[in-house]
Amino acid sequence: MRVVRVALQVTCVNDAMFPDTGKAVVRLLRRLGVDVDFPSAQTCCAQPMVNTGYLDEAVPVVRTFVDAFAGYDAIVTPSGSCAGSARHQHAIVAERSGDAGLAAAVAKTAPRTHELTEFLVDVLGVTDVGAYFPHRVTYHPTCHSLRMLGVGDRPRRLLEAVRGLELVDLPQAEECCGFGGTFAVKNADTSVAMGADKARHVRDTGAEVLVAGDNSCLMHVGGMLSRQRAGVRVLHLAEVLASTEDGAA
Amino acid sequence: MPAFPTAARAALGDTQLRRNLAHATHTIRDKRAKVVAEVEDWEDLRLAGAGVKEAALRDLATHLETLEASLVRAGATVHWARDAEEACAIVARVAHDHGADEVVKVKSMATAEIGLNEALEAEGIAAWETDLAELIVQLGEDLPSHILVPAIHRNRAEVREIFLRRMAAVGRPAPADLTDEPAVLAGAAREHLREKFLRAKVGVSGANFAVADTGTLVVVESEGNGRMCLTLPDVLVSVVGIEKVVATWSDLDPMLRLLPRSSTGERMNPYTSTWSGVTPGDGPQEVHVVLLDNGRTRALADDVGRQALRCIRCSACLNVCPVYERVGGHAYGSVYPGPIGAILNPLLRGVSDEQTASLPYASSLCGACFEVCPVRIDIPSVLVDQRAAVVDSHRGDRVPKAEAVAMRAAAWAFSDARRLAWAEKASGLGGRVLRRFGRTSLPGGRAAAGRLPGPGAAWTGARDLPAPPEESFRAWWDRTDGGRHEGEGPE
Repeated sequence: MRVVRVALQVTCVNDAMFPDTGKAVVRLLRRLGVDVDFPSAQTCCAQPMVNTGYLDEAVPVVRTFVDAFAGYDAIVTPSGSCAGSARHQHAIVAERSGDAGLAAAVAKTAPRTHELTEFLVDVLGVTDVGAYFPHRVTYHPTCHSLRMLGVGDRPRRLLEAVRGLELVDLPQAEECCGFGGTFAVKNADTSVAMGADKARHVRDTGAEVLVAGDNSCLMHVGGMLSRQRAGVRVLHLAEVLASTEDGAA
Repeated sequence: MPAFPTAARAALGDTQLRRNLAHATHTIRDKRAKVVAEVEDWEDLRLAGAGVKEAALRDLATHLETLEASLVRAGATVHWARDAEEACAIVARVAHDHGADEVVKVKSMATAEIGLNEALEAEGIAAWETDLAELIVQLGEDLPSHILVPAIHRNRAEVREIFLRRMAAVGRPAPADLTDEPAVLAGAAREHLREKFLRAKVGVSGANFAVADTGTLVVVESEGNGRMCLTLPDVLVSVVGIEKVVATWSDLDPMLRLLPRSSTGERMNPYTSTWSGVTPGDGPQEVHVVLLDNGRTRALADDVGRQALRCIRCSACLNVCPVYERVGGHAYGSVYPGPIGAILNPLLRGVSDEQTASLPYASSLCGACFEVCPVRIDIPSVLVDQRAAVVDSHRGDRVPKAEAVAMRAAAWAFSDARRLAWAEKASGLGGRVLRRFGRTSLPGGRAAAGRLPGPGAAWTGARDLPAPPEESFRAWWDRTDGGRHEGEGPE
């Protein structure tokens, strides 16, 4: 199927805190010949409410989501977590609301929502996106991209095709970093204990840059690395893939 | 018992505990992964296991009636216990009827759940745990912290100290030259337990499975001590949760393949004991089976949570859980700790008390538990559903919690992009202030907040927080027409 209309779901965290990630996705997709649109009615995937148990509160947010993205062939998001939310949680919210129209709309948007690496590899069929990033990098597969979506080795294949990039293995990569949304605050001590171990593993790799597909996890681990003066930068995968000789992230 | 975050904070401060747990969970986790990888059709096996349990639960009442009839036919006496109190009273009555002041026990989660040892003690009956790890916990006057390895939080030096200090008071003392070699410790436990096995008139067990059509109870174990308890005493009482029932003998096939690999990381467990009622001249001559509800029908009535009753207590979810690995089992305030405990306890008991209500939040929702569960319990989904149950239980509160107010405000902002844009503008202003006064910056140069007071402290106690950018993505898109007219900086 030829993808005609592609929308960027930038995510609320990226919109407010990490706009460079959104810009990188736009740059990257344009370079690959995709004319990506940003439906301005979009807000959030509702995951903060759903995962904290506020399912009723999530209903109007999910409605806003499906309204904003109705009519697009593909919705691309630089977040495994938000893609997971759209694909797996929106139906639960819709069902609870008892609104059949909402459920039908969710059934349309959910399967069209792709995490960035899924979109690149599965829909566009590329692994070499023509990027250049001359740094020693380690990759943390975030839990929702890894387990809720099952993106598998797609991010790795994309990173391996980046010129100049040296990819080093992260010990115990598949273990959660401890962010977990409101978990980071409601169970701050445990979250920090998990993050400290993740940060230690990152430091052990000797990498200059920690890359992942979710800025919220990176905000947590990066905040910890920064507090430790570890000298390791965190960067969203999209920004690495958007980098070229002309414009490095 | 305090709520999870408080209990977790205390546990996190125990460096010895952290070290013991990390070592033990990683060892067993790796062992499990290796033996699971050997099975080519593991995913099919998981589906089969889930199917067996699901089918049994779907028609639970019928299967239980069949089980009762089969057991009675085989010479057992069947009792039904609505709750812990009833179940404990039945066991105590059987012991009293035989003038027993002690019982030997097979490791059993159901009896731990109902607090049987304490209840028997109150009746003047000593209950001796015979599983090595349970013995360590019992002698140490400690609480179990793991479903399969109750003494996982103890290292061998601690075990030696407990044996030396406590064995003499309750039976055969530990040898004076006891070392902390595992084989030596096991030897001391064996000597200590032997006299109890040979003396006891009443044995108490649980069951891993109960086969309805044949009236067979099954115990799966590694040490053989369970088989001693099941065969030596004259009287046997088995306390069995009603969710343990499976329809037929052949249903055991996938279960007995899934359980050892998931739990101990073994291809096959060393001892599988099955018993059906009474066999004249062989084994216990009086067999009682207590079918226990204690909240299970409550869980069964929960559409999403019902799947938790599939649990076969393998503890694979504990061993992969990053939260459990750091805080251990005691923080969950229940004999069912870890991810399964975080859903099972609220399902069995409801979420009306603060401690139980804190459990569904004791997870980062990383999903590792679902991935390893041999009967495919979607623990993350049940956790979210139980969180919703907690939130819903507070909907009638006269004064809403700060969290509820915050979530409603966020939902309000997220329901309309114009409101969100306004909030982002405010946060951009905040970022500008932070950039001016922020004491720190992230690698790469971005301004960040150091330690913040008030609600921000929960984040910034150990983590820097990037300052919000001056311009949101949305504002950038509007200003530059999606980057097509990228020119001067914002404003």
